[in-house]
Amino acid sequence: MSRLMPQPVISVALLVTWLLLNNGVSAALLVSGVVLAVGVPLFTQHFWPEYVRTVRLVPLVRLVGIVIHDIVIANLRMVVLILGPVSRLRPQFIVIPVSLNEPFAITLLASIISLTPGTVSANLSGDRRSLLVHDLNVEDPDTAVQRIKERYERPLMEIFE
Amino acid sequence: MIDTASRIALVMMAIALLLNLWRLLRGPATADRIFALDTMYVNTLALLVLLGVWRGSPLYFEAGLVIAMLGFVGTVALCKFLLRGRIVE
Amino acid sequence: MVEIIVSFFLLAGAGFALIGSIGLARMPDFFTRLHGPTKATTLGVGGMLIASATHFSTGPGTSLHEVLVTMFLFMTAPVSAHLVSKAAMHLDGSFTEERRGGGDSTREDAD
Repeated sequence: MSRLMPQPVISVALLVTWLLLNNGVSAALLVSGVVLAVGVPLFTQHFWPEYVRTVRLVPLVRLVGIVIHDIVIANLRMVVLILGPVSRLRPQFIVIPVSLNEPFAITLLASIISLTPGTVSANLSGDRRSLLVHDLNVEDPDTAVQRIKERYERPLMEIFE
Repeated sequence: MIDTASRIALVMMAIALLLNLWRLLRGPATADRIFALDTMYVNTLALLVLLGVWRGSPLYFEAGLVIAMLGFVGTVALCKFLLRGRIVE
Repeated sequence: MVEIIVSFFLLAGAGFALIGSIGLARMPDFFTRLHGPTKATTLGVGGMLIASATHFSTGPGTSLHEVLVTMFLFMTAPVSAHLVSKAAMHLDGSFTEERRGGGDSTREDAD
């Protein structure tokens, strides 16, 4: 089983993507989808240095909820910032110390920071220990850092570690 | 109703694309231009989806899919070129 | 009813896309300009795709491939913003290693 399907998570994702791309489910699509889902991971095995690890689902679902909520609600606040007077903005770089170890988790953290309004991740340090973030409107740098660490990094740690 | 909403949305998207074009032409930095181009790709995708809904044809969607992928790959290639001076290593 | 939902999402999507582009056009420096398009425009396209999925799901059959593009965009938008900001820092000489918070994660294994 493990030799035929070295990456089960990727196989399932490929099958779902295939069905979505074809916009429907039929016997022919399922057969071709399964062939792809088994074949592609086998052929690309050497490009994947690590296995995709299983994650804890409950905190993952909660984090997805938080992020979608933040994207929608706080984007409305972004609108006010963008359309309001430019002189009222207090843009500033803040440095967030990263305590996550897994590269994929750090990637997720950086992406979440970029997608939630007010902040864009700009650079990850060479030792993967600090993330440079540009904040559009900083009132207090320490609270901003704490907020990101509490709200996004803690759930990510629960999911992966 | 969808027809009216689509017409209004089309005007808004056209203005958005013109604003992107203005930033693309004005710069000032190369990074600004790359980013303006990236935004234009995303806005064009939105415009294609909108046209698909307006005309009731699912065919526009395929074009949107291709534009989304080309846009991302193009942005990454341009940025890598700026960072390293070459794309394939 | 469906018409109202589709129209709402079309207008909301176009509105967010327009506001993101306004942000790109009127903000004073490069890093403030990054904010509008990465978030508002991505959300705008998301709204547009929800409208499309609703619209094409009302007739015979459903249409879910919009989900694919939405997910693709939400994955790629932060990555391209990150890369563009890296390129901007690289070209702008004033960003020393220290100001960047110590080095660059994409450089250590290269060259």
